Amino acid sequence: MRRLLWPLLALAALLLLNVAFTDGFLSIQIKDGHLYGSLIDILRFGAPLILVSLGMTLVIATGGIDLSVGSVVAISGALACLQISEDASVFTAVALALGLCLALGAWNGFLVAGIGIQPIIATLILMVAGRGLAQLITDGQIITVNSPAYKLIGGGYWLTLPFGILVVAAIWAVTAFLTRRLALGLVIEAVGGNPVASRLAGIDARRVTVMAYTACALCAGIAGLMISSNVSSADGNNAGLWIELDAILAVVIGGTSLTGGRFSLTGTVLGALIIQTLTTTIYSIGVPPETTLLFKALVVTTVCLLQSPAFRAKVFHRRPRPAPKAAAEEKVKVTA
Amino acid sequence: MAKRFSALVALAVGALLTTSCGGGGGTTSAGTGGGGDAITMGFSQVGAESGWRTANTKSVQDSAKNAGITLKFSDAQQKQENQIKAIRSFIQQKVDVIAFSPVVESGWDTVLMEAKNAKIPVILTDRAVDSKDTSLYKTFLGSDFVEEGKKAGQWLVQEYKDSKDPVNIVELQGTTGSAPANDRKAGFAEVIGADPKFKIVASQTGDFTRAKGKEVMEAFLKSTPDIDVLYAHNDDMGLGAIEAIEGAGKVPGKDIKIITVDAVKDGMQALADGKINFIVECSPLLGPQLMDLAKKVVKGEQVPARVVTEETTFTQEQAKQVLSSRQY
Repeated sequence: MRRLLWPLLALAALLLLNVAFTDGFLSIQIKDGHLYGSLIDILRFGAPLILVSLGMTLVIATGGIDLSVGSVVAISGALACLQISEDASVFTAVALALGLCLALGAWNGFLVAGIGIQPIIATLILMVAGRGLAQLITDGQIITVNSPAYKLIGGGYWLTLPFGILVVAAIWAVTAFLTRRLALGLVIEAVGGNPVASRLAGIDARRVTVMAYTACALCAGIAGLMISSNVSSADGNNAGLWIELDAILAVVIGGTSLTGGRFSLTGTVLGALIIQTLTTTIYSIGVPPETTLLFKALVVTTVCLLQSPAFRAKVFHRRPRPAPKAAAEEKVKVTA
Repeated sequence: MAKRFSALVALAVGALLTTSCGGGGGTTSAGTGGGGDAITMGFSQVGAESGWRTANTKSVQDSAKNAGITLKFSDAQQKQENQIKAIRSFIQQKVDVIAFSPVVESGWDTVLMEAKNAKIPVILTDRAVDSKDTSLYKTFLGSDFVEEGKKAGQWLVQEYKDSKDPVNIVELQGTTGSAPANDRKAGFAEVIGADPKFKIVASQTGDFTRAKGKEVMEAFLKSTPDIDVLYAHNDDMGLGAIEAIEGAGKVPGKDIKIITVDAVKDGMQALADGKINFIVECSPLLGPQLMDLAKKVVKGEQVPARVVTEETTFTQEQAKQVLSSRQY
């Protein structure tokens, strides 16, 4: 739990900054039968990023990385909107889009685990080609759809809450159950920690890897549906552009190591919320667009430095906790 | 084994990429343009990144056919090196005139000098180059983004001419640093700056996309409760913002007046529906003007160094009339 302390503090600090600058930042009203306020916005616009980051966590835990999620986001939204604009039912459209995403994820997994291409290269192929595929589906245009049912996924409300965040909560719960209550999480960490040793221990490392990439693409696909549904249109060029970088950042802020192994789903969710809060902060306190990126970079650097035990020890003159012992404690917790 | 296979995959992907760039070259063997014959034009397009660009391509292709000009079309897929390759191949094919929309502003001197030495005139369309040597091209045909910003500002000044109250404006800028964003912002600010009652209370980039436009507008609505006018640098950001405004329980076009730039189909529809109040056109249909200029340049006539695309503005009533005839 102590690992999550610093991300939590960073999130709290960002929220406080907003409270200081914007009147009524924390106020939540009921408007048209649903909750309305800045905090709800952060959840609603953050939902796709949380989802993509959750998938990315699994891939990074196996020691890989998935650069293609942004393109998968675009493809999924494009295919769903194309189907709906051709009078297919929303259910068919969503099923087709997610089916394609599963296939794309399996393709990534095949390249990485089956053929043995380095993950960064293997997924780079789909990152570049996938953007083209999305443009092919939309014919280079923005497809606008008018479907209240489709609108629900990313822009609608259910039980006064944004529907998207409910979907995210459900997927988070399922993933947490599968990886923390069943042995799957341990298997993933084993593959990420040492694929050869885990194979010798009888784990089918290839299958685990393919599953991680497929789950990641599925998450990205659902996020793509949310993003396109929120604005009732599919934009093959811009939907999900650079979301892979935000997702990787969220995973890292959440305390998952890029070298694979140990991972934290809660940390990732916190990381994604920090990034989305940061974005909202920039809009509401009025950081000029020219300095937006610098502002983001400063905040992210600060958060990352605060998380580094070595840095904290230097600045606060405290000895870092003995690392090997801490790692051992973690391992015990995981098996329990 | 694994290594060899991955190399093979990489090779296959590479081959796919290169073959898809070459389309359009070498399809015509006739018409190398002797005196008085049909003119051959080499046109290198940026890519097909938006509906605007697709309409632009179609306009050039259609008007070339109508004007009896043989068109060699090449799509650069947003890459400068593809565009330079295309221009070199046009020079080798000895076309009569080269037209292109530069992907980026800089780095054109060498290849344009080659065209000049081959005595092939060059026309820039839609986007400019920052070369100091203006003899490298005959003319630049495209929109005047500053003028577009000014037109938006003039409508606003006219709309509020009887009002003494302060007018709170929020602005959704295009991609930070891009020419249309810089110029549309500057032109607008220049016109409204004359009257202190106009105040831009918040201004952020929406990256020219609907999703960002909606997200930024949501934040504006909460941080600045009193918004009278929204000025968006393109239709798409405006369309996203409309959803945010509706979500906040306000009526777009009435509670918050909306001005956008571009006049793409979805934007015109929203204008006709009363959700947008005023659109400044940024027309991609510069094909006919381009063909006229090409004919003049090939004949050796003098043309102005800067030609502005014929563009107009639309109010809600005008939008209802022209909506059915919009091509893009």
